[in-house]
Amino acid sequence: MHNRTVEAVVGFFLCLGVAAILLLTFQVSDLQRGVNGDSYTVYANFENTGGLKVGSSVNLAGVNIGRVTEIGIDEQTFESRIALTIQNDYQILPKDSSASILTAGLLGEKYIGIEAGGDLKTLKDGDTVRFTESALVLEQVIGQFLFNQASAKDE
Amino acid sequence: MSGNLVTVRDVHFYRGKRPIYSGVDIDIRRGKITAILGPSGTGKTTLLRLISGQLKASQGSVEFDGKNVSQLSRSGLFELRKRLGMLFQTGALLTDLTVFDNVAYPLREHSGKSEKEIFKIVLDKLEAVGLRNARDLMPSELSGGMARRVALARAIALGPDLVMYDEPFTGQDPISMGVLIKLIRSVNDDLGITSVVVSHDVDEVLSIADYAYIVADGKVICQGDSDTLRASQSEWVQQFLNGKADGPVSFHFPGPSYQDDLAAEGIA
Amino acid sequence: MTTFFAHLGRSFLFLLQLLAALVPTSGKLRLRLLTQQIWSVGNQSLVIIVVSGVFVGMVLALQGYRTLVTFGAEESLGVVVGLSIVRELGPVLTGLLFAGRAGSALAAEIGLMRATEQIDGLELMAVDPVRRLLVPRFLAVMISLPLLTAIFSCMAIGAAGAHLIGVDLLGVDGGAYWSQMKAAVDFQGDVLNGVIKSVVFAFGVGWIALYQGYFAAPTSEGVGRATTRTVVTSSLFILGSNFVLTALLFGGL
Repeated sequence: MHNRTVEAVVGFFLCLGVAAILLLTFQVSDLQRGVNGDSYTVYANFENTGGLKVGSSVNLAGVNIGRVTEIGIDEQTFESRIALTIQNDYQILPKDSSASILTAGLLGEKYIGIEAGGDLKTLKDGDTVRFTESALVLEQVIGQFLFNQASAKDE
Repeated sequence: MSGNLVTVRDVHFYRGKRPIYSGVDIDIRRGKITAILGPSGTGKTTLLRLISGQLKASQGSVEFDGKNVSQLSRSGLFELRKRLGMLFQTGALLTDLTVFDNVAYPLREHSGKSEKEIFKIVLDKLEAVGLRNARDLMPSELSGGMARRVALARAIALGPDLVMYDEPFTGQDPISMGVLIKLIRSVNDDLGITSVVVSHDVDEVLSIADYAYIVADGKVICQGDSDTLRASQSEWVQQFLNGKADGPVSFHFPGPSYQDDLAAEGIA
Repeated sequence: MTTFFAHLGRSFLFLLQLLAALVPTSGKLRLRLLTQQIWSVGNQSLVIIVVSGVFVGMVLALQGYRTLVTFGAEESLGVVVGLSIVRELGPVLTGLLFAGRAGSALAAEIGLMRATEQIDGLELMAVDPVRRLLVPRFLAVMISLPLLTAIFSCMAIGAAGAHLIGVDLLGVDGGAYWSQMKAAVDFQGDVLNGVIKSVVFAFGVGWIALYQGYFAAPTSEGVGRATTRTVVTSSLFILGSNFVLTALLFGGL
C-alpha cells in the first residue's frame, strides 16, 4: 500500500482509539467525582457515618452541590468528622443549616443531605455544621421497633 | 595491496558438544577469490560467521585486516561489518522493501549521503548486476537468481573490502548460474574486492577460484589452486571433486552388513 | 525443567535487550517504521475487535436482562454491562483476540525473517535487528492494544452492542441505562484500571510474540511452533495476570 495511505489509515485508527477512550471517560463513567471549579470546605460531626464514603455526594434539596472529601475521627468527642467540599456557587448556606446522612432508596448509596436553616449569616470555609443527624442504621431501627412493641405490650 | 585480508589460525569451534572445527588454518588473500569447498553439514557457513564475528571461535584466532575479530567490541564489530558484504543463500532481502530500497538500505543507514547520491550509487550497482529496470519490484516478485543478484548489489553498495558468498549456486538453473559466476568474477576484478565463496558446487567454483580449500570433518583436507586440487592423490578428494557415489565416504550408512541383518532375523 | 528455566532466563534477557533498545541512540525516531507497524498490528485487528465487541455486548445484555428481570431490576442493565466490560471483559477479550490475530502474525513474521536469513543479513549490514525490527513492533503493540480495548468496550456497550439489545429490543429505558452506568462506573477506579490492564497485556503479548519469533528455529516447522506458542503463552499470560491485576487494582483479597 502507498505510504501516504498507510499514514492516513493509521491516523484514523489512532483517532478512533482516542475517541473511544474519551467516550468511556465521559459517557460511560462519571468523571464528575471531584468538585469542579473553586470550592470551600465545611465540617460536620456525626455519631455514625454508616457507610458514607469519600466521594459521596452532598445534596441540597436534591441538587448536588459538593462531595465528601475526607472522613476522620474527632479526637475530643470520638465522633466522626467529615469534610464537605462545596462549590463556590453555593455560598448561600445559612449558618444554622443541618446535615443528615441519608440513603438513596432502601439499599442504595449513602449521601449527605443539607437542610437550609434561617440564619442570615452563611457558612464560610472551615466552619462546622452544628446540627447533624446520623445515618439510619437498619439494625438499630429494627431493634428499637421490637423494643417498642415489647414495651407497648407490657403497658 | 598484498598479503592476507583474513587470517584464520588454529580455529576450534563447537556447536554444543559437537566439534565443527578442530584446528583450521585459512588465508584469504587480498584481491583474490578464495573458495571454501566441502560436503553439506561441515559448517562452511559457520566459517563465514566466524569471520563476520556473528560467532566466536572457542580457540584460535580470526583476524580481519590485522584485527582479532573475537576481541572486537560491539561497535567495533559494526564498524568491521560495514567493510563486509555477504550474500546469503536465500538472498535475505528485506521482504517489505522494494529492490531499490533494499540496495539503498545500507547506504541510508551508514553512508550519510544525500538521497540524490544514493540514487546514483544504487542505480550503478543495479546496473552492474543487470537489474536496473527491476528496481521497483518487490522481492517476492523476483526469481531466486534475480534475488541473489539484488543481494549482491546490496552487498557491494557500501564498497566493501570483502564479499562473502554463501552457497551462491545452490538451486540455480544453468543460465543464472553462469550469470552469477560472471558477476562474482567481475565484481572481484573490477572493484578490487576480495571474495570468499563457500560452496559444494565443485566445477563452478573451481572455474573462478584463485585458491581453494577443501574442508571436511573439521579440518582442511586439501588446498591449492584448481589444478593442484584435481591432481590430489587423496581418494577422498577425488571422490568429492568428481562426485562418485562410493569411495572413502561410504554409500551405505555405517552399521552391520546386509548379510548380518538378514542372518539376525534368521532369513538367510 | 532446566529448559524451562533456560527459556525464562533467555526471554528475560531478551526483554532487557528490547527495553534498552527503546531508548533511541540516534536522534531520528523511526516514525515511518512505527506507522507501518501500527497499521499492520492495530488497523489489521480492527475488524475482528469491532465485530467481537458488538457480539459480546449483545450476549451480555441478553443474559444480564434475563437475570435482572426476575428481580425487577432490569433498569440496572447498564451497570452490569458497563462494569463487566470496562473492568474485565474488554481488556481480557481484546487481549486474547489480539494475541491470536496480531501476536501470532508478529511471531510468524519475525520467525520467517529469521528463517530467510533477513535478521542475519541486517546484522551483517551493521544494523541492529532489535532496533530496526523489534522496537517498532513492540511500540506498535503497546500503542494499539489499549486503543483497541477502548474501541472494543465502546462497541460492546454502545448503540450496536448491549444498547441495541437491552434498550432497543428488550425495552430497558435508555435514560436509565446510561445514567445508572454513569453512576456505577468510576473513571479512576474502573476506566483507568481497565486501561492499565490493557497496557500490561500489551507488554506481555509484545514480549512473548517477539521473543518466540526472534528465537524460532529457522525452519517452517519452527515458525509454526513459534506462532502456536505465542498464542498459548500470551493467552495464559493474559488470564493469569488479569487475576493478579484484578486483585491488586480492585482489591478484595
